[in-house]
Amino acid sequence: MTISIDPQKTNNESLQPKGWLRYFSFSLDHKVIGIQYLVCGFLFYLIGGSLASAIRIELASPMSDFMPRDVYNQVLTLHGTIMIFLWIVPVVNGAFGNYLIPFYVGARDMAFPRLNAVAFWLIPPSGLMLVASYFVEGAAQAGWTAYPPLSITTPQSGQIIWILSVLLLGGSSIFGGINFIATIIKLRRPGLKLMQLPMYCWAMLGTSLLVVLSTPVLAGTLILLSFDIIANTGFFNPVLGGNVVVYQHLFWFYSHPAVYIMVLPAFGLVSEILPVHARKPLFGYTTMVFSIMGIVVLGLVVWAHHMFTSGTPPWMRLFFTIATAFIAVPTGIKFFNWVATLWGGKISINSAMLFSCGFIINFVFGGITGVALAQVPFDIHVHDTYFVVAHFHYIVYGGTVFIIFSSIYHWFPKVTGKMLNEKLGILHFIITFIGFNLCFAPQHWLGLNGMPRRVAEYDPQFQFVNQISSLGALLMAISTIPFLINVFLSVRNGKDAGDNPWNALTPEWLTSSPPPVENWEGEAPLVEEPYGYGKEISERKL
Amino acid sequence: MLNKNIYLILIISLVFAISFWIGFNVNLLPTEASINAPIYDELFKILFIIGLIIFIGMTIAVIYSLFRFRKRNDQIGDGIALEGNLSLEIVWTIIPSIIVLLIGLYSYNIYDRMGGMKELNHHHEMMSSNSEKIWAGISQTSDNELAINNLSIEVSAMQFAFLFNYPKGNFISGELHVPVDQKVSMKMESKDVIHAFWVPEFRIKQDIIPGQPTILNFTPTKVGKYPIICAELCGPYHGGMRASIIVEEESDYNEWFNKNKKPEVNL
Repeated sequence: MTISIDPQKTNNESLQPKGWLRYFSFSLDHKVIGIQYLVCGFLFYLIGGSLASAIRIELASPMSDFMPRDVYNQVLTLHGTIMIFLWIVPVVNGAFGNYLIPFYVGARDMAFPRLNAVAFWLIPPSGLMLVASYFVEGAAQAGWTAYPPLSITTPQSGQIIWILSVLLLGGSSIFGGINFIATIIKLRRPGLKLMQLPMYCWAMLGTSLLVVLSTPVLAGTLILLSFDIIANTGFFNPVLGGNVVVYQHLFWFYSHPAVYIMVLPAFGLVSEILPVHARKPLFGYTTMVFSIMGIVVLGLVVWAHHMFTSGTPPWMRLFFTIATAFIAVPTGIKFFNWVATLWGGKISINSAMLFSCGFIINFVFGGITGVALAQVPFDIHVHDTYFVVAHFHYIVYGGTVFIIFSSIYHWFPKVTGKMLNEKLGILHFIITFIGFNLCFAPQHWLGLNGMPRRVAEYDPQFQFVNQISSLGALLMAISTIPFLINVFLSVRNGKDAGDNPWNALTPEWLTSSPPPVENWEGEAPLVEEPYGYGKEISERKL
Repeated sequence: MLNKNIYLILIISLVFAISFWIGFNVNLLPTEASINAPIYDELFKILFIIGLIIFIGMTIAVIYSLFRFRKRNDQIGDGIALEGNLSLEIVWTIIPSIIVLLIGLYSYNIYDRMGGMKELNHHHEMMSSNSEKIWAGISQTSDNELAINNLSIEVSAMQFAFLFNYPKGNFISGELHVPVDQKVSMKMESKDVIHAFWVPEFRIKQDIIPGQPTILNFTPTKVGKYPIICAELCGPYHGGMRASIIVEEESDYNEWFNKNKKPEVNL
């Protein structure tokens, strides 16, 4: 005899808060946790965005005149750390992963619901701790890379709080990664094969492998760095015989895969969004799966391209050039497949679609500069300049953040049962797209012509271009206003969405909006063709 | 069908023409003032043109799809149920692989011409036979090299300044003076945190690392005054950590050198 116990039922349900209070509780519901991740991440996005605005105000004039120089370094350090560890990584992984993956595999929750809640609840305290370190003795000011010996010689309290905070956030990320792998591999509903999963599952599987393989290396590195700071050990301190380049190897062994941890989930999300609004199957499913796995494998062996000027030996420069450039191949395959997905469709031009297409255009641009940067001789001139700043903002903002917005427009009706306003959405897209390109495209020229990154002052000849860039940043700040108005108005008074406003075929749309706690009334549906658009209903295997 | 192909060929040729025109006529780089600079700019031009072709092509494909395949008001139902095309997948796997491989080989060639592939833990003999090849990287014992080369300069970087030591003249300068068209060999070391030596007009950059000397060789080709910029975050005044390199005719350089030269002090 087998006894099955439903964890939701045994958890003394009457004590769990209802309504909006759920979002402030230690809820075990993956949908609640997903929204917790999203809202928490967005609040930190607003903080990180304010810091970015402060940087662009400082850089509107060539002199260091807006804030003290050490505060400027704290601002750029916090901006980078917050945007990576508290906005992009938690949102593309934690928020959308938690909300969607159980639906996609046909499960009622994640494999380890309590671990899932712990992973989320590590984030707000460590984020607050990071921001609060500014009021102790000044926040960390060695950049988000925290290269020693600078990170050893700057004020200690800020740097140590930074390390603790990143360690907690890394722990949260590893818990999430283990949970996703377990859920995708072990919790698939009977009859659902791996090659029938929606593409986002593959993206999350690849991402989680990277998280589990590389994040512990960052943790170890930062623990050694903290020993150097508080216990005067000499792992990375050259005064005590340490080697500063070793830190860079260890740091980038995590932090380059971190780019794929931020980008691969976005690749998965756009693969869900484009087929629905283009009314066409996802083009080349199998090659898309293989290209994700190709990116995972290559992503682990390219880290030293961040160190071409650090004094790496020639053979190493050559190897990392070739490996890095080859990532363009699986990445390119995905972009060609997305354009082929659009080709011959019946495309609804809405906010979700526009943000996804903006993503394709921006990311292709960032990818091209990425292949150029992989070439050692090219990189040696522009390394550590605004060219690099422009490149990675094209990847993480023009790429991933555009997809986060696209996903919000796409899944808002599922989460709330209400539609977002399309006019405000398109306005949001137009201001974001123009502002983003105005802000970051000119920075390529700045880098090529001699403006290094992380500076509070620069040559007066760069003032005009920097002011264009700051104007773009202003537009980006303004663009969040129509978005926030839209969300607040639509949650209260939005048009009713119905269960499946887009006529989508992936499993999360085959339940009510918002979905019940158990995800489906009765058994989870078996969706063998999540992208079966254009086929007669009878041909589809639902 | 024939018409369609003609349009496609026309558009592709137009994309190529525009990309080549921009690539050859738009200069995004500063003055070329060293032997490395024209080599670098050659690579930049090629990458720029290839990048433009891909970017313009993809952008046109996306925008065209949005217009051509947008859903009209009177339309219902889905697009065609096309799930993939193996030969297309093979084409857009192989062609980018070839392009990427060719770019890699070409940039290897450029790097070699710049002198980057030279093994830097070199010995005395290697230095004298093929001394033009050394360019950047770490050298464990570079005393030999500095002794051989006429223009050896020891660079020390600290928060927030560069100091240039001319061992032959036994003096230290805050400005780097070098004669035009002569190879300069620098041994660089940092006194505190990581800095970097960057001259945009020379297209060279090398980190200056505490506890581990690095080597940077270059040959200036154009008389003038250029900025030396620290490119690695080194503290609050990082943005102000600048020096100048003054490239001058040999006679001017000698005059400056002799004026600053100090006699050897025998202890």
